[in-house]
Amino acid sequence: MDVENLNSMMIDVLKEIGNIGSGNAVTALSNMLAKRIDMMVPKVRILEFNDVAEILGGEEEIVVGIYLDLNADIKGNIMFILDLDSALNLTNMLLDKEDAELGDIAISALSEVGNIVASSYVNSLSSLTGLKITVSVPSLAIDMAGAILSVPAIQFGLIADQVLFIETVFKEGKSSVYGNLFLLPDMASFEKILSKLGVL
Amino acid sequence: MKKIKVGMADYNVVKAPGILTTLGLGSCVGIALYDKFNKVAGLAHVMLPSSKEIKNNENKAKFVDTGIELLIESLLNEGAVMKNITAKIVGGAQMFSFNNNSSILKIGERNVLATREKLKELNIKILAEDTGGNYGRTIELDAEDGSLLVKTIGHGTKII
Repeated sequence: MDVENLNSMMIDVLKEIGNIGSGNAVTALSNMLAKRIDMMVPKVRILEFNDVAEILGGEEEIVVGIYLDLNADIKGNIMFILDLDSALNLTNMLLDKEDAELGDIAISALSEVGNIVASSYVNSLSSLTGLKITVSVPSLAIDMAGAILSVPAIQFGLIADQVLFIETVFKEGKSSVYGNLFLLPDMASFEKILSKLGVL
Repeated sequence: MKKIKVGMADYNVVKAPGILTTLGLGSCVGIALYDKFNKVAGLAHVMLPSSKEIKNNENKAKFVDTGIELLIESLLNEGAVMKNITAKIVGGAQMFSFNNNSSILKIGERNVLATREKLKELNIKILAEDTGGNYGRTIELDAEDGSLLVKTIGHGTKII
């Protein structure tokens, strides 16, 4: 398969997976919080490498990234990124607190949220394709947006000159949580997904 | 003084007085080249170790090997002399860690190794290095003296 041709196909398929996945993720989050959570229609964005960090307020903005490895039939990874305010809103929602800083318990809770959101995404991908996918434990980092985003950007860099990601916005009451999800199957796995979906 | 921003998979060159900066380097590597006699500085922000490993390699500034070649070409155009050029390299962090480290997470380390190798091949001396670790870095290269400011979140600030 040619990389050039893959780009537009990849975008369409990831878009669709993203739409289904976000729905599942929000349902899971809502169950976990035992609260009604509204979700905006996920936005699929395609950006040049240079513009990627802008979505999170610039390269030096501090963000939280939660990274999980995918294995079994599909190899790759999935990453969930939140800006610091969203991370705080989310953990305060979860822990029923009004903290101004992320403590150890909040960080642990964030890992768990990343785990749930990512797993729901992956589950929908798995049932859509009939492929078995296992998800690793989450790894969390709090650092500059540019540095965290270099991880998915580099992986897209292997196959394209742009980065594709799905922006999901959750809302509970007054607090908004802006989250960005990057699903990154490796090339061979991507071909598997396309072929299972009848695109290839 | 003018401060020029170098983005991901990008490079730029400036003559003194001027500053080149790249923000939030993670697993990418910032390659700072400098000719102290002609006061010409160049900075590249590369993402991947080799243009030879993958098919989609048209964007030369994305790779260590072709990125360095491009940067040197621009430096020479701005009046730098090859034998004067020295290097400082920063970045190549591993932002996330697991027990079974997959190769994609080790890309930072591979980027640094590839950079050292390419510079050696071109006989360019590496004067200083701030690489590895698990955190991001912002850098500023001053064309006046070739000093390189490295800023981090929680890991201090230094000049190399």
